[in-house]
Amino acid sequence: MNAARPSAGLSLKPAHFDQALACDDAGLWFEVHPENYAVAGGPRLAWLDAIRSRHPLSLHGVSLSLAADAPPDAAHLAWLAALADRIEPALVSEHLAWSAWRGSYLPDLLPFARTQAALLRVAGNIARTQDALGRRIAIENPSHYLRIEGHAWDEVDFLQELARRTGCGLLLDVNNVYLSASNLGTCAEAYIDAFPGDEVMEIHLAGHTPDPVLGQALLVDSHDAPVSPKVWALYERLISRIGPRPTLIERDDQLPPFAELLAERRQAQVLLQGQPHEKEALA
Amino acid sequence: MTTELSSFQDRFAEALWTLPDAVPDHLRDLTDQPGFAVYRNTVVRGCIDALQANYPAVLRLVGEDWFRAAAALHARTQPPVDTRLLVYGADFPGFLAGFAPAADLPYLAGVARLDRFWTEAHVAADAPALAPSALADAPPEGLGELVLQPHPAARWAWFDDQPIYTLWQRNRQDVPQGMDSDDALDWIGEGALLTRPEGDVVWTALDAGGCAFLDACAAGRPLALAADEALSRQADCDLAQMMTALLQAGAFCSAQTYPTPNHQELT
Repeated sequence: MNAARPSAGLSLKPAHFDQALACDDAGLWFEVHPENYAVAGGPRLAWLDAIRSRHPLSLHGVSLSLAADAPPDAAHLAWLAALADRIEPALVSEHLAWSAWRGSYLPDLLPFARTQAALLRVAGNIARTQDALGRRIAIENPSHYLRIEGHAWDEVDFLQELARRTGCGLLLDVNNVYLSASNLGTCAEAYIDAFPGDEVMEIHLAGHTPDPVLGQALLVDSHDAPVSPKVWALYERLISRIGPRPTLIERDDQLPPFAELLAERRQAQVLLQGQPHEKEALA
Repeated sequence: MTTELSSFQDRFAEALWTLPDAVPDHLRDLTDQPGFAVYRNTVVRGCIDALQANYPAVLRLVGEDWFRAAAALHARTQPPVDTRLLVYGADFPGFLAGFAPAADLPYLAGVARLDRFWTEAHVAADAPALAPSALADAPPEGLGELVLQPHPAARWAWFDDQPIYTLWQRNRQDVPQGMDSDDALDWIGEGALLTRPEGDVVWTALDAGGCAFLDACAAGRPLALAADEALSRQADCDLAQMMTALLQAGAFCSAQTYPTPNHQELT
């Protein structure tokens, strides 16, 4: 995951550790959820150390709950900082969502109304996190299934304002853009075109699934299928505008053979290599 | 003062745990939207999946349908407090012990306890295990004064009246020791020791004296006193054989004299 020559990576699951460790595809990097490695010791950390000794790694958190109306959990920040110090990840990222509330963990990325008060709260939480880690983090756009009353900010503007206030970067999940636009009846292309390219530190690509009852009317961010052609098209549209960025193929469920994921990763790699690094150079 | 964001999050969290057929009016703006079910399903499934991953021997004993129904009930009463789901379910063995539908399976909570031990051993801190030769090298006159510290990954328990260890290891799919599952069970008490000497968690049977010995070591008692407790628990306990087995399993991480100020540490 080299900022100078952005390449494609894969989310890493324990079932693929041996193959991941042995793979020497150029530019290959891996991403893991830090929650699965926040342990005192034992084989998980040893696996991660081994992977890290051969490949760049990024830590993609799913539970810091930055949009909760409360400061991030101090113990969580402490273990995340310790893991980041140990692994020296290329990037630490989190979501524009909440998932821990009043002492309980709700294992999902939950929505909220993007109000001015929410902006101040999330910006404060990002700043605390960056201070605790001593590094810039990237914030990902979540997937949406609900119409929430009371938004004062458009999501792209909200993310851009968070970046301006805290210095954080952004992680653009193109699949989330696609399925959220489909679920809420908005325009995915307009979202992609409006997204502030300078702040994009990483791009996510993943598969989605139609709801078993509602079908196409409700697309679910299931991460259990190949990236859809429409998401690939949005991705090409994005990188042809902003230039190549580190791009992750995410697969968390219905895990196919490693070779199949590598093939999907190479598809992203080919598209990245087809992009001039500095778009301005074309002008 | 409760902010708008806090009160939304209170309502949303309440709605996530409310059954679809019992939604009060003040949550309906959320739950009446078809997309709300995605969040509810993801949260509940996330908890159940974590319990299923963390209790594989229980799962194998009761089957997936029974397990997931029990796990769903447990998740409603004891949702995760830690965002690291790999350690979720510390209270699940206790839940099963008091769970009426499990009354016919009196061994289930004990088996769950060993599944939990596996998780605790798997994530425990690293430390070199005390070498089996460490005690042989110690001066014999000071041996009784040594305090053996259990390894951070060591877990042990004795179960009266029930062959919990045999049941557990037969139902732990990655069982390394060969054990014919058709063997008839002897319905007697058993103990278990789980350790992590070199990365992977391993296990072995441990008798009542061995469990009492480790309990005493964990309480900081010197070897002579721990041996007394082993013998008072199990009169026919072979101390030499027990020590060899515990050391070979990697049950200790240090031995030091106690409580002299210039204590000597053996590693």
